[in-house]
Amino acid sequence: MSDLLKVTIDGNSIEVPPGTTIMQAARQLGGKYPPAMCYYEPLKNTGGKCRVCLVKVAQTSEANPRPMPKLVASCITRVEQGMVVENETSKEVLDARNGVVEFLLINHPLDCPVCDQAGECDLQNLSYEHGHEQTRYEEGRREFERIDIGPYVQLHMTRCILCYRCVYAADQLTGQRVHGVLNRGDVSEIGTYIQQSIENEFSGNIIDVCPVGALTDKTYRFKQRVWFSKPFDAHRNCDKCCGKVVLWMKGDTIIRVTARKNEFGEVTDFICNNCRFEHKQAADWTIEGPRVIDPESVIGANKYELPVVSPAVNVDAKFVSE
Amino acid sequence: MATKILLEHVGVEGIRAIDTYLAHGGYRSVGKALKEMSSDQLVEEVKTAGLRGRGGAGFPTGMKWSFLDKKSENPRYLVCNADESEPGTFKDRYLMERIPHLLIEGMITASYALGANTSYIYVRGEMMPVIRLLEKAIAEAYAKGYLGKNILGSGYNLDLYVQPGGGAYICGEETALLESLEGKRGNPRNKPPFPAVSGLYGCPTVINNVETIASVPWIVNNGGAAYASIGIGKSTGTKLISACGNIRQPGVYEIELGLPVEEFLYSDVYCGGIAEGRELKAVVPGGSSVPILPKELILKTAAGEPRLMSYESLAEGGFVSGSMLGSGGFIVFDDRACIVRNLWNFTRFYHHESCGQCSPCREGTGWMAKVLHRIEHGHGKMSDIDLLVDVAKHIEGKTICPLGDAAAWPVGSAIRHFRDEFEAHVKNPDSCLAKHLHGAYAHAASIM
Amino acid sequence: MEFSQEIKREFDQIVARYPQGRQKSGLLPILHRVQEEYGWLSTEAMNAVAGYLQLNPIEVYEVASFYTMFHLRPVGKYVLEVCRTGPCCLVGAETLLQYLQRKLNIGIGETTPDGLFTLKTVECLASCGTGPVLQIGPEYLYHEQLTEQKLDQLIDSLRSKS
Repeated sequence: MSDLLKVTIDGNSIEVPPGTTIMQAARQLGGKYPPAMCYYEPLKNTGGKCRVCLVKVAQTSEANPRPMPKLVASCITRVEQGMVVENETSKEVLDARNGVVEFLLINHPLDCPVCDQAGECDLQNLSYEHGHEQTRYEEGRREFERIDIGPYVQLHMTRCILCYRCVYAADQLTGQRVHGVLNRGDVSEIGTYIQQSIENEFSGNIIDVCPVGALTDKTYRFKQRVWFSKPFDAHRNCDKCCGKVVLWMKGDTIIRVTARKNEFGEVTDFICNNCRFEHKQAADWTIEGPRVIDPESVIGANKYELPVVSPAVNVDAKFVSE
Repeated sequence: MATKILLEHVGVEGIRAIDTYLAHGGYRSVGKALKEMSSDQLVEEVKTAGLRGRGGAGFPTGMKWSFLDKKSENPRYLVCNADESEPGTFKDRYLMERIPHLLIEGMITASYALGANTSYIYVRGEMMPVIRLLEKAIAEAYAKGYLGKNILGSGYNLDLYVQPGGGAYICGEETALLESLEGKRGNPRNKPPFPAVSGLYGCPTVINNVETIASVPWIVNNGGAAYASIGIGKSTGTKLISACGNIRQPGVYEIELGLPVEEFLYSDVYCGGIAEGRELKAVVPGGSSVPILPKELILKTAAGEPRLMSYESLAEGGFVSGSMLGSGGFIVFDDRACIVRNLWNFTRFYHHESCGQCSPCREGTGWMAKVLHRIEHGHGKMSDIDLLVDVAKHIEGKTICPLGDAAAWPVGSAIRHFRDEFEAHVKNPDSCLAKHLHGAYAHAASIM
Repeated sequence: MEFSQEIKREFDQIVARYPQGRQKSGLLPILHRVQEEYGWLSTEAMNAVAGYLQLNPIEVYEVASFYTMFHLRPVGKYVLEVCRTGPCCLVGAETLLQYLQRKLNIGIGETTPDGLFTLKTVECLASCGTGPVLQIGPEYLYHEQLTEQKLDQLIDSLRSKS
């Protein structure tokens, strides 16, 4: 017990083991935890870059009751004994967060209606909560051509917010990274430098970790708006990965396969390209039941009745009643 | 005559060669330190001296040294930050070019104090001529037994190498410098951990500026107390000031901290006054990132006290009416200089040099540069002025490293002190004092 | 492509400055040496560097494209790198840059048709007290306190050298 550290976030306290970050403690507390656009817990060394998770440390620790001089990135700042943190309760934090969202949007196209990521875009959700109604930005925006990086993945740098998640994913999930961050500053881009395809059996995961519509699944692009498709948990025996996926269905047709994201929008069990791209027949899978969708999400819309798929298990009450 | 600690022998013919350097008392501190002093004594001596980091932040050097994790079983490193690239600053290049052995002597003594057996001098790549000079001087020092195994029979070993940068201002930030030295992109690291615990190759590391390291031999030879007796208050010792802009005698001057700004600016020993008989308009006293001050506030504080060349006096009044000593890059503007154009230029610089890792700096610097470009070229709106202030505020303090602050401070201060000039640009573009230069980048593929 | 044995020996000396397994630290000095040899960094050259240092090629591209000194496209024999930062502008760098563009009849970032000169702007070269300034690689000697006359002489002497 004595090893645990007590941290208070927005007035609610929790005890956590040493080494826990403010973000992790806030997620454990539940309620409104700081948003994250670059931090991705299952990928080592992510975080600290996007700055949307900035929080105020009003008291550094019991031993050092002074506040920290600047707002800190909650995803990389470790909790200390008696730390007091302000997240949603600090005007300074909300103002800084609004500022960061504005920065992320100045070079991001505001064309959500025609973006394939709409409905499952972290930036869209973040802007809804923290954005301005009107842009103050009147200058030119950064634009790039769409490019195919391999047979399955399309890269549209125009939408990229340079979170580096896909680079860490490639580093940590695939043996030989072939793409990375080129150039610097606001002309940095994700790319392979010489046009190369990314061909590794875990490369498809860069699609799932991308928070925006910069990396998309070519086998799925514009087949269906995500909120019209019906997600099901399913699995198959796979000798390369866990084989646990979400099938996105249009009627009886599988139009997309993705890994499963947890309540924080993160994949913990990454899947192989074989499962993701090569198994689009319902017979390939054991369907566990409808995917539990956050009722706040637009993906939960129009799913008022139990889909006719069997065997249906794990059906969340909210899923059918709301 | 002011005490000369760094530039005493700079005018000596042939001082770049080790024999001449030795003939003028060079490398004395190495013998004294290695044979007569323990590493802890050296750290204490530097603490007593009150020496502060000369790269810009002014952090007490002795304290930085004492933070080094000596319990770690990993090797310890000393890295010299010779990536001088803050606009308006050229003192480190001057020092390394004129008297390279002084830096090497300081590196040996400081490495011994820190228990480092391998040290690096990271020099910005553009300074290839300086790199060649340092490499030659290092070879001479090896030949004389000041580097290598068992230095002067003390049992202490040290290898010293020069590492070139590749063209990136951000590598002056100490963790970006370490990344670059590891052969990576110069992206600053998140802190903590600080380099004293986990620096180069994850090992305990101290990073010090050229001028800081070059001050160590004098402190060892003469004692920390003697150093502390020079200067004023917590601004001890001497400081190299790079003076440039519209002055009669631009150059590098070694001053005792506490010298009145007015004397530095107008005395014939230093800047010699404003060039071509013009009037003083403003000064950026510590390199391009520190706040600009108009004539009234650079010569005297808001309280009417004479402004001194010291960490404290230049900061007097906070950012409302003060600035910073920073790196000592003293940029002088006469009454023909356009504050808007200069600010656009500085902001464009920070935009160009942003590593792009964190969003506020990556996006915000470019936004400010574009708005300033519009104002300077006659397409500004009144609302742009407050927009700039607001964007700067959303960058300041929100970024991984201080480049965000460095980009935001000039914007905030220029608009605070010269708002009328920005408004005049909006109302009447012809009023721009630099309008004859508006076509300077006419054929540029990219002006940003 | 293959580097000569002589250059490889130089690479070996560079890598020996760092601890075992930290050969990636040699990347910047090695890229400088390769650029000195070939004038610019082609993909083939970068791949060869990656091979020598046992890195993924993308690690070399990422680094080479981050630093402004590396030319990732062919350049003229002499790359004139003119400082364009504030302090130099206070003492006439912009006027001089206009003059140089007119004189060479090229824009910034362009190369003269004879392949002799590429004009580049660079940021503060720590020569603010002796500006305006330009540098020419691979020696990167400083040409300071420039005037139109000095530029004329410099260009003439470079032209006659080649």
